Amino acid sequence: MNLNRRAFLKLSGVSAASAAVLLFAEEREALARDLKASRITRAREVPSVCPHCSVGCGLIGYVREGQLVQVEGNPDSPINEGSLCPKGAATMQFAYDGVGRPNPLRQLTAKIRRPGSDRWEEIGIDEALDRIAQRIKETRDAGFVEKNADGLVVNRAESIAHIGSACIDNEECYLITKLMRALGVVYLEHHARI
Amino acid sequence: MPGLGTSFGRGAMTTALWDVANADVVVFMGSNAAENHPIALKWFLRAKQKGATVICVDPRYTRTASKADWWIPFRSGTDIAVLGGLINYAITHDKIHREYVVKYTNASLLVHPDFRFDDGLFSGWNEATGKYDQATWAFQTGPDGQPLADPTLEHPQCVFQHIKRIYAPYTPEKVSEISGIPVAEFIRFAETVCATGAPGKSAVFTYAMGWTQHTKGVQNIRTATILQMLLGNIGVAGGGIAALRGHANVQGATDLAVLYHDLPGYLGQPNEGHQSLQDFLAKTTTRNSYWENKPKFLISLLKAWWGEHATAANDYCFDYLPKMATSETYSHYDIFQSILDGRVKGLVVVGQNPAVGSANARKVQAALAKLDWLVVSDLFLNETSEFWKLEGMNPAEIQTEVILLPAAGPLEKEGSFTNTHRLIQWKHKMIEPMGQAHSDGWYMVQIGKRLKQLYAGSTAAKDLPIKHLVWDYDDPNNPDEFDHLKVLKEINGYDTTTGAPVTGFGALKDDGTTACGCWIYSGIYPEEGVNKADARLRAAPNRPDGWTEARADGSADYLHLGWGFAWPANRRVIYNRASADPTGRPWSKVPLVWWNEAEAKWAGVDVPDMLPVAPDQVHALGVRGDSPFIMKPWGLGGIWGPLPDGPLPVHYEPKESPTPNLLYRKQGTIPTMKIYDSEFDVWGDPQRFPYVATTYRLTEHLTSGVMTRTLPYLAEAFPRHFCEIPRELAQLKGIRNGDWVEVESARGKVRVQAMVTNRLRPLRVGGRETYVIGLPIHWGPKSGHVQGDITNTLTPQAVDVNVQIQESKVFLADLRKVEVGG
Ligand code: SF4
Repeated sequence: MNLNRRAFLKLSGVSAASAAVLLFAEEREALARDLKASRITRAREVPSVCPHCSVGCGLIGYVREGQLVQVEGNPDSPINEGSLCPKGAATMQFAYDGVGRPNPLRQLTAKIRRPGSDRWEEIGIDEALDRIAQRIKETRDAGFVEKNADGLVVNRAESIAHIGSACIDNEECYLITKLMRALGVVYLEHHARI
Repeated sequence: MPGLGTSFGRGAMTTALWDVANADVVVFMGSNAAENHPIALKWFLRAKQKGATVICVDPRYTRTASKADWWIPFRSGTDIAVLGGLINYAITHDKIHREYVVKYTNASLLVHPDFRFDDGLFSGWNEATGKYDQATWAFQTGPDGQPLADPTLEHPQCVFQHIKRIYAPYTPEKVSEISGIPVAEFIRFAETVCATGAPGKSAVFTYAMGWTQHTKGVQNIRTATILQMLLGNIGVAGGGIAALRGHANVQGATDLAVLYHDLPGYLGQPNEGHQSLQDFLAKTTTRNSYWENKPKFLISLLKAWWGEHATAANDYCFDYLPKMATSETYSHYDIFQSILDGRVKGLVVVGQNPAVGSANARKVQAALAKLDWLVVSDLFLNETSEFWKLEGMNPAEIQTEVILLPAAGPLEKEGSFTNTHRLIQWKHKMIEPMGQAHSDGWYMVQIGKRLKQLYAGSTAAKDLPIKHLVWDYDDPNNPDEFDHLKVLKEINGYDTTTGAPVTGFGALKDDGTTACGCWIYSGIYPEEGVNKADARLRAAPNRPDGWTEARADGSADYLHLGWGFAWPANRRVIYNRASADPTGRPWSKVPLVWWNEAEAKWAGVDVPDMLPVAPDQVHALGVRGDSPFIMKPWGLGGIWGPLPDGPLPVHYEPKESPTPNLLYRKQGTIPTMKIYDSEFDVWGDPQRFPYVATTYRLTEHLTSGVMTRTLPYLAEAFPRHFCEIPRELAQLKGIRNGDWVEVESARGKVRVQAMVTNRLRPLRVGGRETYVIGLPIHWGPKSGHVQGDITNTLTPQAVDVNVQIQESKVFLADLRKVEVGG
C-alpha cells in the first residue's frame, strides 16, 4: 500500500460501505502494518485537548501532508502525563475509522428536512445560513416583547431558544452568548443544567 | 454552581487535581471518578499512595469503589442526611477547627432574632406563593452597618448555634435509618473524616452528577461545604471540594454564560426589577467584598458588545440587554414546556442531543414536533435532528422545518477549553474540517453577519442591539474560519482607546475606556500575540516515578503555574489565603501561600488569593487581611448561605421515594421543588413502582452517546444497554444475566438486558428492605454504530429551584422479565 492509495480512500467520494468492500482482510493487515511502521515519521506534532470529559487531558496529533496519522496522550501534559482513557484514546475516530477511512457517520454537508417530509434534502452551506438568519428574524419579529405590562423596556425574544454547548470552545460559547443576548434571547442554555 | 458560590464566593472547583495528592482523606460521594473522569483518578490515588484513606460513598460498587480503601453503600437521595450526620458528629465530638471557623467563616455572625426552623420548614415560608421570604434569615448589623458577631460561638442567635441545633437530630441512628448505612459503619466514617478537623490535616470531597441531579442538588453540595468549613478544609493543601464537571467545557460554557440566568463572568442577567444600570448594580453587587468592582466588569462587558454606541449618557446600552420576567425562569426544561405551550417556536441546538439527554425524554421529543423550525449543528445525525423519525412520530403531520449544519470536529479547529479545575488550555487545529463542515463559531459569526444585514435598514429600537453589535470576527487569512485570537482578546479585555490588551481584571475601568468580554478570564491574553492558554511549561518532576510533588519548603511548582491559565488570575487553589493562619503563617503541612513580612506582601507556591493587604489590616473594599473568601461579604465563608430553598440544607426525600421523611413529618420533599404541568409530567408511587432507580455513565461513553457510539472503538467496547439488578431482587423476579427486562416508570418504559450483580445491595431503610436498580444513559435508537432504548424516557422533570436540574439520580420504577436472554 502506498500513501496515495490511503489518501484516495480518505479523500475520495467513495462511501464507507464501498470502501469496506474494497478493503479485504490482507489489505487491512498491510495497511495496519504500514501505518504502524511509518505512522509518525516526519509528522508535525500538534497539541490539543481531549474533547470528552472535563479532566482536560493533553493530546498530541501527528500530522503529515495534511493527514492526521495518529493521536496520542501528550506526555508533557502535567494532567494526564501521556495517558488517556478509552474515550481520549479514540478521539482520532472523530475523523477516521481506525483503518484510515473517514468516519462514515460524519455529516459532511448541510441538510434540510421540509415540513411534512420523511427525508433529508441536501442544501448548500450558504443557502442554509441564509435560511437560518431569515427564520430567526421572522420568528424574533413576530414574538418580540419590547416592553412589559408596566411599560418597562425588556427586549425579550421569547419565541426563540438556544441550547448548547459544553462540547464547544470558549470562543464559540462567547460568540453564542453575545449574539443571542443581542437578539434578546432569554431561553439560553447548555449542558450544565442537565 | 450556586452551592459552591453561596458558600465560598465562586461557583467552581476549589482546588486543582495536582493538589489532591496532599489530602489525608479522600471522599468520593456523588462521583464515580474512575469511570467518568478516569485520568483524574490518578491524582486521588497518589493521595492514597502517600497514605490517604480513600472512601467511596455510593449506592453502587463502582470502579471508584474498587479503588477505594472502603465502600459505603447508601440509598440514593439521602446525601444530606449522611452529611448532616457528619456535621452533627463534628460538633458534638468537638472536632471542628475552631480558629478557622471563628475567623474565616460567618459562623459567629448573629442571625435575625425571628429566624425559626420547625419540622422541615424555615421561617418565611409562604404556602400560597410556594416561596420563602428571606427577611428573617438576614444577619443582624450594628449602627455602622457591620455584622454583629459572637466569637465565642455561644450566642443562641449565632450561625454556629443554629447549625448545632438543626443538625442535632442527625444522630448516627437516624442517619442509619434513613440512608441504610449501619450505625457502626457510619461512626467509623465520621471518625475518619472528622479527624481532619485538626490544623494541618485535610480532606477533599469529590462530587459530580451524583450530587447535582436531585431536587435538592444545590443543598447536597452546600452540606459538604459547611462540613468542610467546620473542619477547616477549604483553601488548604489537600482540602477542598473537587467538583468534577461533566463535558470537556462545561466550566467554560458556564463561565461564558450560555445560560439564561447569567452574563459572562457571573455578572448576572438583569430582570424587570432592574430599571437602569445603576439600579442593577446597586441591587446585585455584593458589598464588602471584591465584588465592589462589579461596575468595572459590567461596563467593560457592555463596551465589548456595543462599542462606541455604549456611552455613559445611555447607560452603556444597558437597555439593550433582555430583562427576564421576575416571575419566570428560562431553563432547559422551561424551554420544552414553553414549546408545548406555543410560546417558543424556533430552536437552535449546537452540539447537544436533548431528545436523549433530557429527563422525561418523550416530553422533549413531543415538544420538538411542535416547533416551526429547528436548527441543529453537530458532527453526526442524532435523535434531536431526526426526532421526526422516532417511534410514534408521523412525519407527514410534523410541520417542523429542520436544518442540519455539519460541524467541524474537535480535532479540526483552534480554540480553548476550560477543564474541571478552571484551567484554560488551548487546542490547535490538527486537520482541516471534513467535507463542508465548519466550526460552530464560524456559523455563529456568519448568522450574526446575515442578521446584521437583514436589520440594516431598520430604525426600530428593538433592532438597535443587533445593528450596533460589535461583530467583526472575520479571519483575514481564511474565509472559512473566524479570528480566534480576536475573540480571545475581547474575552481578555482591551483598552478602547489604544486597542491594546489589558494585563488583568485589575486594569478594568468603569468609565468606558476598557472593554472586556469575561472579566474572570482577564490576563489570558495580556499582550498582543501572548496566549497564556497556550502556555505549556510543565514543572520539572521531583519524584523518581516522574511526577511533581509538593514540598514542605514550598520549593516545588507542583501546581504547574506555567501550564495553561487558570481563572481567576492564574490561581490554582482558590481561597488559598485560608491555608495560612490569621497572621499569615501556613498551618498546613504543605504551604500554599504566606505573608512575607520582609517584603510586606503575600507570596506562595500558588498565586495568592488575597487582596494586597497585610493580615492585620483592612482593605479599602472592606475585606480584612485575615479573612480569605474575598468574594463574600467581609471575606467570610458562607456556612450560613441564604438560597431560595433555605439558609441551610436539611434532609428531604426525593420527589419519588419509597419512604416518608423520617426527620420531618410535615414536609416530605423539598417545598421549593419545581414540577411542570403537562400530560407528560406524571408521578409514580411505591405501591405501583416499588424500586429505587438511578442513572449513571460509563467510561466508554459520554451522555447521549452521540460523541462515542459514533466512534467504532467505543461502540465496540461497550455496545449494549443494560440494567444493573441486585442479585437478591433478580432471584425474586426470576431474572438471569442477559435476560431482556422491561423497566417502567410512571413516564414510560425501556427494554434492556439484565446485568445481575452484587454491586448493588439491598438496603435496610425505615425498617424495610429496599432495592436500588441502575441504568446507564448512553443509548439512543437512531445515532451511532450501536443503538438502544433511551433511559431518560423514565426520568422525571422534577427540578431544583436554584439551578433547575432534574432528579435523574433517583426515581421509582418497576421491573419485569420479558424475554429469556440468548
Ligand atoms: S482522556 Fe478520558 S479522562 Fe482524559 S479528558 Fe479525555 S475523557 Fe477525560
